[in-house]
Amino acid sequence: MNKHVMPQAEQPAEQGNQLDKIRDFEIQDYLRLDLFPHFMCPGCGHGIALRALLWAIHDQGIDKDKLAIVSGIGCSGRVGTYIDANTYHTTHGRPLAFATGLKMARPDLHVVVITGDGDCLAIGGNHLIHAARRNLDITCIMLNNEIYGMTGGQVSPTTPYDRFTTTTPAGNIEPVFDASRLAEAAGAGFVGREVTIHVPRLRDLISEGLDYKGFSFIEIMSDCTEINGRKNDLGSSSEMVLGQTRSMRPADFKYGEYDNNVVDHPFRPNSMNTGVFVKSDRPEYGESYRELVHDIQKKQKGH
Amino acid sequence: MTGQASQNTPDSQDSINIQGNHACALGAVAAGCRFYAGYPITPSSEVAEKLAQELPKVGGVFIQMEDEIASIAATLGASMGGVKAMTATSGPGFSLKQENLGYGMGAQIPCVVVNVMRGGPSTGMPTRPSQGDLMQARWGTHGDHPVIALTPGSVEEIYSQTARAFALSEQLRIPVLVLFDESLGHLVETISLPDVAEYENTVRKWASGNPEDYKPYRPDADGVAPMARPGDGYRVHTTGLTVSESGFPTQKSIEVDRAMKRLFNKMEINKDLIESFEDVDCEDADVVIVALGIVGRAARKAVRELRAEGLKVGLFRPITLWPFPTQTFRKLTKKAKNFVVAEMNSGQMILEIGAAKQGKQVVSGLNRYDGEPISPSQIINAVKEVLDHE
Repeated sequence: MNKHVMPQAEQPAEQGNQLDKIRDFEIQDYLRLDLFPHFMCPGCGHGIALRALLWAIHDQGIDKDKLAIVSGIGCSGRVGTYIDANTYHTTHGRPLAFATGLKMARPDLHVVVITGDGDCLAIGGNHLIHAARRNLDITCIMLNNEIYGMTGGQVSPTTPYDRFTTTTPAGNIEPVFDASRLAEAAGAGFVGREVTIHVPRLRDLISEGLDYKGFSFIEIMSDCTEINGRKNDLGSSSEMVLGQTRSMRPADFKYGEYDNNVVDHPFRPNSMNTGVFVKSDRPEYGESYRELVHDIQKKQKGH
Repeated sequence: MTGQASQNTPDSQDSINIQGNHACALGAVAAGCRFYAGYPITPSSEVAEKLAQELPKVGGVFIQMEDEIASIAATLGASMGGVKAMTATSGPGFSLKQENLGYGMGAQIPCVVVNVMRGGPSTGMPTRPSQGDLMQARWGTHGDHPVIALTPGSVEEIYSQTARAFALSEQLRIPVLVLFDESLGHLVETISLPDVAEYENTVRKWASGNPEDYKPYRPDADGVAPMARPGDGYRVHTTGLTVSESGFPTQKSIEVDRAMKRLFNKMEINKDLIESFEDVDCEDADVVIVALGIVGRAARKAVRELRAEGLKVGLFRPITLWPFPTQTFRKLTKKAKNFVVAEMNSGQMILEIGAAKQGKQVVSGLNRYDGEPISPSQIINAVKEVLDHE
């Protein structure tokens, strides 16, 4: 897999490793290039997230044959198709439920779910909270672009207040979900959030999530430039990406102590911070189940 | 799978006392089921309860999911991983599963879905029997699709047909439905468990050979494409979208046409494998009763009594309800002048008999939907009424 190993230069060890990491990763090795060009709009954050995910998969040394990508419906659901792995494009809202069956049946597989704010928080909300509660070893990547993009730009559970969508022609009046806090409250063993402008940080967050034994929930703030951006006059693609940082709080801003629906910024009205929010040592469900089975079978033999 | 359904042998040494729902669970395990995901619902919960005991013993997975939709999704997920998988439910839960059932049919993922039928519509009568879901089983999911639905008529048959459902499902890469009503699910009978090793040994065709040459939806001569198991190096794509042989979405009309034909061709090619029924004295019968499940038992008794009176009456009991064994039904009932379709609904299977009959036979329905099974005497009266009108 390490096709492009660079010779070790006389750099300080840490910096050298970092450079190797960057040079080592060839995104083409992880894509189904014959499916290109891809479907994503210019400026869409999903492509950046895909790159960060594949990079993290590479850094973790995950074998593509043992990698299962499970997605639902929507723009997020189509992203997985381009990955050269075992890919499952399932039904709307249900990828976590499909993934639960797959992971329980095949613990040897590395199961990654790619989902969106509509897929994961609206139609699939129930599956999210229960997947988090069980803490089965699945990495759930939620691409939060605050809109239903595939269907033409309808309001989603994370669309900010006042935002115009095709189904909120007078502006959105519904409060938003904070997906990360929801996942945390439901018991997810690992929770983190990152924006697409910080690709290496995003890669490292995903990498940590992939490495975590349990349910890891990673919320990625992604921009829908064409459908959400244009309608709300949010600027060009690059302006939208740059805008991601503007409403963010400093890293030491304490998670969980903020108003959930502050309308104070045109790009990201909800105050939010990024990074790893939760990393607990809760028991992983699959392991607990297999221990149980082991005990039952042992008792059975004893009789 | 034709001919008389086997009768109980209560005196044999290995006979057990068992209810229908438990027989369903044991039949599944015997057929090699190693994954069950479900959600509690009356009157099918005992299927899950039994499997919660049995599956860990054989190293299988039992998981109670957060809802009915998640249950079938997890079942399909496990099957995609290569494990024989099942879920069970009743009326309202069966409705909730329909979308993902269609996913399984479209993407050709084996699994078994049991529906222990209760009175409806809506919450209806959770503890009362009904045959109200026959058409939901046929057309419940959206879009055009083939379906296999088995309708056992006794506790022993629940065991063997559940096991057979796995074999058909694996062999043909299609979700298979098993339908029986509350009265059969909760009926306790003394049976000896039939040998289902043949079904246990039937596993799906797995992809082999060069991954470069493999097409996940290119069918073999039997109409079925070998499936790729994750981890075996094929790295294929599975989707609910309409796909070409490569497994990737297409909207080209010629490819879409092929994709639909793939779904239906495997049913036609394997018709004999799928078909199953019971025929009681149909050949010379003037009146043929058509009944399935628990009603088939009442009808068998009715045939015996009417024959004793010298009346030429027979019974056709589909065990495979869908696809309906139309050709065989026509062949067996050539001499019939009347059909009496007895069913615990307002008239569902009768629509199929109307379409299947070729002559000028009169089709009458005997329908009961008050939460009680149809009795033999009701059937006897219905047959006599038909004969009186001749």
